[in-house]
Amino acid sequence: MDMNEIKEIFFQECEEQLAELESGLLRLNDGDRDPETVNAVFRAVHSIKGGAGAFGLDDLVSFAHVFETTLDCVRSNRLEPNQDVLKVMLKSADVLADLTNAARDGGSVDEARSRQLIKELEALANGELPQAAVSEPAAKPAPPAAPVPAPAPAPVVNDEGFQPVAFSFDDFEASEPPAIEPSTFEILFRPKSELYAKGNDATLLLRDLSRLGEMSIHCDMDELPALGSMNPEAAYFAWKISLKTDKGEEAIRSVFEFAEWDCELDVALAGGNAGAGEELPMQPVPFDLSLLDGDVSASSGAAEDDEQVVAQREARDEAVSAAATASNVLQMAQTARASAESAKSASPASAAQAAAQQAASAATPTIRVDLDRVDRLINLVGELVINQAMLSQSVIENDTNGTSSINMGLEELQQLTREIQDSVMAIRAQPVKPVFQRMSRIVREIADMTGKSVRLVTEGENTEVDKTVIDKLAEPLTHMIRNAVDHGLETPEKRVAAGKNPEGTVRLTAKHRSGRIVIELADDGAGINREKVRQKAIDNDLIAADANLSDEEIDNLIFHAGFSTADKISDISGRGVGMDVVKRSIQALGGRINISSKPGQGSVFTMSLPLTLAVLDGMVVTVANQTLVVPLTAIVETLQPEASAIHSFGASQRLISIRNSFCPLVDVGRILNFRAIQANPVDGVALLVESEGGGQRALMVDAIQGQRQVVIKSLEANYTHVPGIAAATILGDGRVALILDVDAIVAASRGQTLKPEMSLAAAG
Amino acid sequence: MTYVAKNLTTGGRELIAFRVGGQEFCVNIMSVREIRGWTPAIAMPHAPSYMLGIVNLRGAVLPIIDFSARLGMKAAEPTVRHVIIVAQVKSQVVGLLVDAVSDILTVSDGDIQPTPDIASDFERSFARGVLAIEGRMICLVELDQVFPHEEREAA
Repeated sequence: MDMNEIKEIFFQECEEQLAELESGLLRLNDGDRDPETVNAVFRAVHSIKGGAGAFGLDDLVSFAHVFETTLDCVRSNRLEPNQDVLKVMLKSADVLADLTNAARDGGSVDEARSRQLIKELEALANGELPQAAVSEPAAKPAPPAAPVPAPAPAPVVNDEGFQPVAFSFDDFEASEPPAIEPSTFEILFRPKSELYAKGNDATLLLRDLSRLGEMSIHCDMDELPALGSMNPEAAYFAWKISLKTDKGEEAIRSVFEFAEWDCELDVALAGGNAGAGEELPMQPVPFDLSLLDGDVSASSGAAEDDEQVVAQREARDEAVSAAATASNVLQMAQTARASAESAKSASPASAAQAAAQQAASAATPTIRVDLDRVDRLINLVGELVINQAMLSQSVIENDTNGTSSINMGLEELQQLTREIQDSVMAIRAQPVKPVFQRMSRIVREIADMTGKSVRLVTEGENTEVDKTVIDKLAEPLTHMIRNAVDHGLETPEKRVAAGKNPEGTVRLTAKHRSGRIVIELADDGAGINREKVRQKAIDNDLIAADANLSDEEIDNLIFHAGFSTADKISDISGRGVGMDVVKRSIQALGGRINISSKPGQGSVFTMSLPLTLAVLDGMVVTVANQTLVVPLTAIVETLQPEASAIHSFGASQRLISIRNSFCPLVDVGRILNFRAIQANPVDGVALLVESEGGGQRALMVDAIQGQRQVVIKSLEANYTHVPGIAAATILGDGRVALILDVDAIVAASRGQTLKPEMSLAAAG
Repeated sequence: MTYVAKNLTTGGRELIAFRVGGQEFCVNIMSVREIRGWTPAIAMPHAPSYMLGIVNLRGAVLPIIDFSARLGMKAAEPTVRHVIIVAQVKSQVVGLLVDAVSDILTVSDGDIQPTPDIASDFERSFARGVLAIEGRMICLVELDQVFPHEEREAA
């Protein structure tokens, strides 16, 4: 694995961390005050900083550092994460994402913005510090022997590294003042196996530690099992260290900075508290190391140590169980202990929940796979399905008895292949969450730019869709969100005047409905101004001045190319992408989009998309001896035309009457140039289709062969786009069949010719 | 391996020669993926006349070009005796229908003569040069020019 690969992995992890960061901040924004959420946010920034440091990405490191410092203030309750604070933090998360992207792709970052945010973050961190110190004077003197693990990574050190703690130990009031002169620390360092798995080495950490001052070490081997029951990958050793140093606790913790999540670490000042042992049940310490005070030279007191350790373990267990009965101090103790143990502090109430989360995340390990590899697999499985179908067909042709073992085996094979196909498809299925999360940033940015106050509510973000669909969803969705905020929502003043909450709401919902994913974007704005749209359409010669249009038809006008209802071209609109592009990209995904708008109440855009782009339900038909597949979603009904229902209309057009309405008849064979003259409709079957452009058409085909799920194969990969054809597929007998592009056919029947787009330079 | 070794020592290259309409052509062996027999192709709507259609190549859609018709000669009437050269240029894989594959040649760059200037622009566009081997004339074909391209539709 070379450096670039490692870097790539780092950036992939960054993406996850950034998502985690943003969702955590949004949870906080919604009033979540779970310390675990704060920790998760902090960890995300911290990991990015750590990785970025390893790769020498200085910009990223310095920004992350400032961000982390401010987050640490929140973590240690010195800074209340109110709306204003979170606003800065969310923006910082955006900048962090920008910096990460810039570091990866070499893009540029808005430096003014990041400088501004650094200032704001520092102001938050500094501005709140004195208050915290004033409100909790008791905590200011470092609590000796207090095992409360202060957040380990060093924030800006402006108070000699001692973290003010949220509670005070009255017992310790009289103890030593915080020392700049050499003092002795008792350190318990118990690595977890993860520490070694990540390539850290306990010995190196201990060596670093020894540079801080005079040190004596005792290795705790109590956990070491008999050789037979030893797990070679487990970590069994712990170290008790007594260190005399003038560097302070912060320096000690910084040695363990990159290992802190993967070990149990207690750092405590020794001395002055010899009697603490008697109060052990009340001590939140797993090991009260002050007991070792008189005997720091480890080897001589090993037996004694053990006794004490056993006693302390019992005491600790008691302390933990006592915590369940929730005396205040013990709650704190429990909190401290939990954080020391797992680096995830949790209040007793949420401890179980946190543990469950941990268990859950451990239960579903994931791997990252190149999408190409999955595609290859899907392709192969598609082949397998085809081969299996061919095999079945030849077995049937060879007329074997229905109960023969061959048929049995074949049936089993069929079942297996179907299952494999389903499983492989499921690999590509991903929750829409990442796209939805990206939208919250878009909303923030647009809201800032337009001076509107917007709240984005997302629902069903765990709804799963094929990865290719998700990837292509981001662009149209981004544009629609921009529109919803920029055009849809009114300014706060207007909202108040209309008797609405000044804060607008944009609701983004995803759900499964009958084999498709339906994504809904609703705003509670003013709704579409139909008068304005209509006027604009008349100005643009889209409709006649006296045209009689229904509300829906007017709403649909905004999908026309070059249509914008914005009075002026702002930063947000007028970027050359209109709703027509949105509509086209949705259609390219095999989807549909609908608007429903109520004046004064807002608009709802509903997108219905296929769950996957890899397979499609189709109707297999024959046209002029060719086999074609018509997407089932386009077909409204099929009918056998009777001669009396066919009416000629002018020289070449024909209409078919269906329940007293007339529908243009389109001969697919003729329009695709498969035959020169139109076939007699009575000999064929009509497929009533509904196209995206609105309006129905009756497509004439010669015969229907059946309905089946087909694997979509790209024509463009080796050939070129063919007008009227969406893609190709391979049928059970191994032959290729073309998938009809219904919309293009319908458009062609309206007079737009299906031109052969491919004409080679040398062809004539 | 032998090919690479040869290439390194002589600076030569290997070409696959094939016959179409009584003439001989050749292409660089490195762009040839496989050679297979003719199977009926599914016709494509609105395709140029030399485009025979598409066939299934192990799950991928393979367009088949009638090489003879592509060069403006008589369109082939494919039989089971015809051969499809599956060739790749860049990311595109296309099948060329030819009468037969005749030879594998090893030539050095010096053996390739420039296309005679009698050729029309059309022939010049796909002919990279000619080879004289044992009294035969073999035209070296630039596959890139034979393949369909969307970006060239303007011309």
